[in-house]
Amino acid sequence: MAQTLYTKDHEYVRVEGDVGVVGITDYAQNQLGDVVFVELPTVGKAFRKGEQAAVVESVKAASEVYAPISGEIIDANAALEDAPALVNEDSAGRGWFVKMRVADRTELDGLMDEAAYAEFLKTVV
Amino acid sequence: MAPFAGYDMPVQYPEGIVAEHTWTRENAGLFDVSHMGQAVLEGPGAAAALETLVAAEIVGLPERRTRYTQFLNDDGGILDDLMVTRLPARAPGEDCLFLVVNAACKEADFALLRERLPHLGLTVLSDRALIALQGPKAVEVIAAAGWPGVAALPFMGWASAGASGGPGADLWFSRSGYTGEDGFEISAGPDMAASLAHRLLKDARVKPIGLGARDSLRLEAGLCLYGHDIDEATSPVEAGLSWSIGKRRRTEGGFPGFERIARELRDGPARKRVGLLLEGRQPAREGAEIIDAAGAAVGRVTSGGFAPSLGRAIAMGYVAAGCAAPGAALSAVVRGKPLPARVVPLPFVPNKFVR
Repeated sequence: MAQTLYTKDHEYVRVEGDVGVVGITDYAQNQLGDVVFVELPTVGKAFRKGEQAAVVESVKAASEVYAPISGEIIDANAALEDAPALVNEDSAGRGWFVKMRVADRTELDGLMDEAAYAEFLKTVV
Repeated sequence: MAPFAGYDMPVQYPEGIVAEHTWTRENAGLFDVSHMGQAVLEGPGAAAALETLVAAEIVGLPERRTRYTQFLNDDGGILDDLMVTRLPARAPGEDCLFLVVNAACKEADFALLRERLPHLGLTVLSDRALIALQGPKAVEVIAAAGWPGVAALPFMGWASAGASGGPGADLWFSRSGYTGEDGFEISAGPDMAASLAHRLLKDARVKPIGLGARDSLRLEAGLCLYGHDIDEATSPVEAGLSWSIGKRRRTEGGFPGFERIARELRDGPARKRVGLLLEGRQPAREGAEIIDAAGAAVGRVTSGGFAPSLGRAIAMGYVAAGCAAPGAALSAVVRGKPLPARVVPLPFVPNKFVR
């Protein structure tokens, strides 16, 4: 069963077996505004949790996206190249950034679940 | 909302920067730019006196006409850029000049005027609002709101209305702006400011526009943002603003930094502000290094971003004069990666000023 977890930097990771689908949350895309470009890491590259893994450029500014978990990049969303606005339109779905191989399941315990993230958002707005 | 030059300013409204940008290009966008500095400089010989601080032709500026210029330092660098309008003189033999300056520089500008031109009257109009209405439908909107006379104004022309209601109720219309579109900047007395904004916003053709779209619109129009594209180290010649230097003044001088500016006009400047059209969508922002085909550093981006009207990234920056010709193939380095670009003439998007 897929479970979606969240970071305080507003990344999400949807864990499906040993694969984590990573993106930014609806709150994050809303804060950024119109996304015009996403710089994604190459497949095969490995990141440690908290390392900068991608950059999302909105009309306003460039923002760093951090790996919510450690692991190797096994896929990157090529659709964002021509249609970065997918991040605004469907951040949790077609606007995903990368898929990572979950390297250490214990890291998942340090992330927020849906309810905890909703509570967290109340503290930042 | 975001802090800007000591003011709390809207970066964007809920529809977002791209929607606001496009709306302004197609309809009419309302910008509250009341943070900018407004002042009246007046007295006998005020125009000639102002010419000791700027390089534009001010003495020959006709009544009710606006001109763009820059306050210069002794090295020919730009202290601020401003709009100067000659208002009808309030006393015979006097000049009455209306100045609009940048918010971040206004205190320094006014201090400079007081120090250098102490014999003139300087009235800072801190209680006047400044509302810009920009876009192809701006003129119809203002006409429909009760001021049909604005349609007859030429580009950089000025007119007032409502003065019979006292100084707090008058409106000063200048057919100018910062978007490349036709439009107006309206200086409103305190009794009129809020009602003017509400009246214009009630028109379905008008939406409020934030700082974000103001920046993307002016960038597409190839217009300089003070503190970024021009500053105390850049001269008007380097910045591609030589058109704003008066013809008489190029030979007569009499403004700060004349020596450098005359030399740059004669020999060409060592570096020039250029437009860069990037190949893709990835923006190169302020500070990005510009390199030539051989990888040598030739300059730096001073403003850059995504151009909603073009669907790709654009930038402005200074490059060595040898690589400033349109068509030159350069790259802007973003996070270590060179983004291919070529030099293009400014503006990026043709301006639509009335003629």
